[in-house]
Amino acid sequence: MSKEIEINIPDFIRNGLIVWLVVVILVLAGVVTSFYTVQAESQGVVLRFGKYLKTVEPGLRFKMPFGVDEVYVLPVRRQLKQEYGFGSTGATNPSQFTERRSRDREKSMMTGDLNAAEVEWIVQYRISDPRLYLFNVLDPEGTLRYVSESVMRTVVGDRTVDEVITIGRQEIEEEARNRLEVLVKKYELGIGIDQIQLQNVNPPPPVQASFNEVNQAQQERERMINEANGEYNKEVPRSRGVADQKIQAAEGYALKRVNEALGDVARFEAQFTEFKKAPNVTRTRLYLETLKEVVPQMGEKIIIDEDASQVLPLLQLNSQKDGGFSR
Amino acid sequence: MKFQILLIPIVIILSVISFSVCSYVVEETDQVIITQFGKPVGKPVTEAGLHFKVPFIQEVNRIEKRFLPWDGPSNEMSTKDKTYLIIDTFARWRISDPMQYFLRLRDERSAISRLNDILGSETRNAVAKHELIEIVRTSKDRVAKTDQDLVKGIENVGALYPIKIGREKVEQQIFEKAAEKLSGFGIELLDVRFKRINYNETVRRRIYERMVSEREQIASRFRSEGAGEAAKIMGKKERDLQEIESESYKSVQEIYGGADAKASAIYAEAYDQNPQASEFYTFLKTLETYREVLGNDMSLILTTDSPLFRLLKSPVISSDSNNSD
Repeated sequence: MSKEIEINIPDFIRNGLIVWLVVVILVLAGVVTSFYTVQAESQGVVLRFGKYLKTVEPGLRFKMPFGVDEVYVLPVRRQLKQEYGFGSTGATNPSQFTERRSRDREKSMMTGDLNAAEVEWIVQYRISDPRLYLFNVLDPEGTLRYVSESVMRTVVGDRTVDEVITIGRQEIEEEARNRLEVLVKKYELGIGIDQIQLQNVNPPPPVQASFNEVNQAQQERERMINEANGEYNKEVPRSRGVADQKIQAAEGYALKRVNEALGDVARFEAQFTEFKKAPNVTRTRLYLETLKEVVPQMGEKIIIDEDASQVLPLLQLNSQKDGGFSR
Repeated sequence: MKFQILLIPIVIILSVISFSVCSYVVEETDQVIITQFGKPVGKPVTEAGLHFKVPFIQEVNRIEKRFLPWDGPSNEMSTKDKTYLIIDTFARWRISDPMQYFLRLRDERSAISRLNDILGSETRNAVAKHELIEIVRTSKDRVAKTDQDLVKGIENVGALYPIKIGREKVEQQIFEKAAEKLSGFGIELLDVRFKRINYNETVRRRIYERMVSEREQIASRFRSEGAGEAAKIMGKKERDLQEIESESYKSVQEIYGGADAKASAIYAEAYDQNPQASEFYTFLKTLETYREVLGNDMSLILTTDSPLFRLLKSPVISSDSNNSD
């Protein structure tokens, strides 16, 4: 070596200090980058030279540095959600909803009675197999969106618009979930479906008014029936009461009539018993008693001899009153 | 000595460089074909991990191992019954024979364009062969649940149109035809499905009109049912009122009649028990009648012949003069 070169090389290189410095830096960098943390809700998938090595549970973990080991951390215990036909704000999952302008097409569907409906729903899922999720299908969550749309349309296409909107909702959720689960297994997405929930399900806007009218008409029918029942209940029970009153009064009359008859008869029987003992005397007594009561009350009283009865026409009755004649 | 110390890092750097030139990493998501001057050498490498090659002359061609998306464009198609639909299909596929794929298609862009051709035309064929309802519905045997209150008496509402094969079978037909054609390109088709099926604009308007008219029928039926039910109730009210009133009249008259009859019977039994009783009753009743009938507005002319005044002329009472009348 020439003297000139020796001068150009600084002391610390000549001493081999640089070598040790580089080694120390490399070792430090290696130590720092070989630790990583897997959060409680997650699992880590470790690759060595690109090849799957193992799946690790939460905690502080070690890996080989300098690109030899690579780790993907996936939130396997977190429930994830996808929304179809709508989007709620504050989503952290990028596949949770699609852009606003495609949502109308996302929710518009045909029903099995060849009507149309607008169906909004959500899919709740988890990453169930990190290895499949990472390595089996490109964009598993995007694929889930496609499959879910297809499944929901298959299920809705087998139902009438009334089933979709009102009476068949739960059944749709169940069948869609089952079908989606089968397909997710077939595609090996590494995803597990927790549930599907229908959100707003409506007829298309241009026909919504007529659906509302049906509801109104249904209520109107109930109202008309209720009003008629009200009218009925206003009059019939009162009429029943009145009828009862009349019958009670008649029964009262009947009691009175019979009791009076019994009374009359009892009195007669008593009199008759006495009469039978002395008919002539009783008869005369009763007769005279009656005359005693009656005669004084009468107006003009005239007594004539029986032989002078021919003078009767000559008598001038001084009153204009109608007379009663008795022998 | 100083040179020897310098040698250590140089050796390390050189070996790292030569290692990186001779080796390559195959990811879990990749498969690799090694080419030498553009010509494939050896078998495709499908195992992930660290692999080696001859540096500089051999080239690494990475090919996807995962299932890949195919999102068909929205196409307007006609069904057998001439209904125009806008159909979105999607498929998932993967490169199952990388060598074949590499030789015939080379990259994903040409693969996608081949998929567009094959899946597009198979979809079109399948749709054109079937009626609309066949690609909407799926299960042949399904009977719709209906809200009888809503649909009773209205034809065709609340019922599913019958099908012969159904959506899944149509999808299956597309799949089988396309899968066969694609296998020649080293492509394995996993699945083809209809994503969205929608009416085109004109058909949609017609459908909406029909839906509106169906709902109008239901609404007017509800209204007329309401009016009918109400009329029925009002009629029942009239009927019940008449019934109640007439029944009460009937009962009242029966009670009256019964009471009168009973009273008559009681009287008759007492007064008619023998001729003497009957005669006595007549006597009593006559006297009673005198009391009521005779008053101060009447004049009384009596002869001395009358039982009351007979004594005026003769104080002897004959026993036979007891008979009045």
